[in-house]
Amino acid sequence: MVTGALAAAGFAAGALLPPRAAFASEQLTIISWGGSYQDVQLRKSFFEPFTKATGIKITEDQWNGEVSKVRAMVQTNTVNWDVLDVGVGIGELCSHGLVETLNWNRLGLDRTKFLGDDKTLDCGVPHHASSTVIAYDRTKLKNGPKTIADFFDLQKFPGKRAMQKGPTSNLEWALVADGVLIKDVYKVLATPAGVDRAFKKLDTIKKDVIWWTAGTQPAQLLGNGQVVMSTAWSGSINNAVKESGLPLEIMWDAQMLSLDFWVIPKGARHLDEAYKFLAFGGSPKPQADMTRYGNNGPANKDAMALVDPTIGPNLTTSPAHMANSLEFDYSFWGDKRDELNQRFTAWVVQQ
Amino acid sequence: MVTMAVQVAGNAEVHIPLRINLQRVEARRKLRAFALAVPLLLFILITFIFPIARMMFDAVHDNTLLKLMPQTAAALSAWDGKDLPSEGAYAALAADLKHAWAQKTAGTIGKRINFELPGAASQVASSAREANALSTGPYKAALIEINPIWAQPEVWAVLKRGGSSYTPSYLLRSVDYQYGPDSQIVALPTDSAIFRDVFLRTFGISIGVTAITLLLGFPLAYLLATLPSRVSNLLMTLVVLPFWTSLLVRTTAWVVLLQSNGVVNDVLMTLHIISQPAELIFNRVGTIVAMTHIQLPLTLLPIYSVMKTISPNYVRAARSLGAGPFYGFWKVYFPQTIPGIAAGCLLTFILCLGYYLTPALVGGPSDQMIAYFIARYTNEELNWGMASALGAILLTATLLLYYVYNKLVGVDQLKMG
Repeated sequence: MVTGALAAAGFAAGALLPPRAAFASEQLTIISWGGSYQDVQLRKSFFEPFTKATGIKITEDQWNGEVSKVRAMVQTNTVNWDVLDVGVGIGELCSHGLVETLNWNRLGLDRTKFLGDDKTLDCGVPHHASSTVIAYDRTKLKNGPKTIADFFDLQKFPGKRAMQKGPTSNLEWALVADGVLIKDVYKVLATPAGVDRAFKKLDTIKKDVIWWTAGTQPAQLLGNGQVVMSTAWSGSINNAVKESGLPLEIMWDAQMLSLDFWVIPKGARHLDEAYKFLAFGGSPKPQADMTRYGNNGPANKDAMALVDPTIGPNLTTSPAHMANSLEFDYSFWGDKRDELNQRFTAWVVQQ
Repeated sequence: MVTMAVQVAGNAEVHIPLRINLQRVEARRKLRAFALAVPLLLFILITFIFPIARMMFDAVHDNTLLKLMPQTAAALSAWDGKDLPSEGAYAALAADLKHAWAQKTAGTIGKRINFELPGAASQVASSAREANALSTGPYKAALIEINPIWAQPEVWAVLKRGGSSYTPSYLLRSVDYQYGPDSQIVALPTDSAIFRDVFLRTFGISIGVTAITLLLGFPLAYLLATLPSRVSNLLMTLVVLPFWTSLLVRTTAWVVLLQSNGVVNDVLMTLHIISQPAELIFNRVGTIVAMTHIQLPLTLLPIYSVMKTISPNYVRAARSLGAGPFYGFWKVYFPQTIPGIAAGCLLTFILCLGYYLTPALVGGPSDQMIAYFIARYTNEELNWGMASALGAILLTATLLLYYVYNKLVGVDQLKMG
């Protein structure tokens, strides 16, 4: 009986140990956002060509932007992720020292060719510019919204809206709809009066807003007729139109352009392979390839030359769409994210 | 006793009294029983008691500032708390900021100070960057010039409080209090005071769902317990089948049923009962409906188990003695079902307190229960002190309610069948 108990205990202990790969080298764990963005766009333009070129096997997984997971891994030194695809969270990851500071010489890439500012380029290699836009159902709204002020206009466009549950993008758009010029948005938002102004504008539609948290929800809510307009990621709307055939239109006015970066969590196990992947992921050809599967513009300016000329105008970075666009200010959000998050949570909970 | 002495041949000194022998055998039996239970005790200790103790500890323990700004903490121990501290404290601050910049911990420090003084995070981060350039004193004037926040006594009060590893800040914030500018405890302004409402809402929704499941479950349990077994078994299968379906699947099914163009609204509009789709989801209605659906089997099954053991003869005897049908039910049958009701209601209530997923999927922003905030602080805002404090308060409140419940109903009265 005792031996049986000991055996059972040993077996259980063995089952509780974290699984370890059979081969320690020549493989890479890459985490991204899931959905067809990862399955189609990333796999076809980055992962499969990389494995073919270098022979390094890639294990994929997904996350939802939980910076705390990265923090927990780094603090306990159990970093299972080698490369991470991160968007607006890079400000926090970088300023808290949770990702490796990149040596661009080791990458063999030219920093100046990339969109993105100095601070973010210290920590990550940008691979595309995605944008948050307003989407609507063209069968329900024959004359759709033309400017961001239309989103906040309940008279002209009555009905429920859906917005992402968080202050990013929503506060900037509230200010633009309230009349602030796009180039002044972050200056105004940096002042307490500006933040108050943004929340007051959001108060005008608060009763009619449904808050979404996952990237695929806007398309669902629009498709179900639950809302007439929604803020959404341009890529997921594109996918919904292509795959489910939903009659959704994108309004590009005041699109919030944000870059997606490849970063390496601090203490990642396969540092060499991660650097090789970042070098590959930053080069023009795979970034140009990605435009064939989605409408996210490449972050490497050299890649634009390789993009198919018929696709060019549809991209987030096409001149027509860039005309009235807002570029996400990473340093502003890196500093103010906590404070504005707190305020937003308290605001959204109250009636 | 005497017998034992005789059997030990020749050894007249060795008298083992029966009492002692009995004690030894009993002790050995107890030890054996304890040894069998030791694995379970260890399991409960490691997976239940230790994490809860750790959570209660984290609710009051925070040594971020002590660890990351040690020199400042030491320099401030001599400060009396009035006006601004001396040049020595500023020198210590400059040294700590430089070290923080080099170690990339300025962000963590800023985040901790930001918790008490919103807006401080960016100031601390930029101060650390610029303090890096300072090489000699006088530090007070230099730091105040870098950022006026260092001339505010509030910031220094926060740093002084940070010198102690134990802090009541998180617990205070969980009941909507905070440290004011003079280090006294004040209420939070109403636009950021959310937790008292959230706690009341959590308990309110839990009590509501418990009451509704009891009202719906009791008649159903009675039906199941009194029908002949073939029919009763079939109905029982219908009750437990949804119970065995994944929680997430059931909750999403409610989204399909209750949305504006969903099944319920379509039926109601076709029957011309309503002309506009009713708002049944992303609000309190949807939350309560979905939670009731999920909790109903859990309330129903203990009641059913107890009812199964009640012999119908009691009510028959009562009727034969002249009791009316309702009187017989109320005075004879119902009191016998109370242990099952108590068990089912307690189970449902405690489970409802921890609900997080269902209100998140089918509720509106003002229907979020406390577990949502605990999850938010753990996963998104990385503030484990706050999450632990909220959890500690929820646990304490639950234990208090359980104590009251025990006094009213008595735990030894609970029966699961």
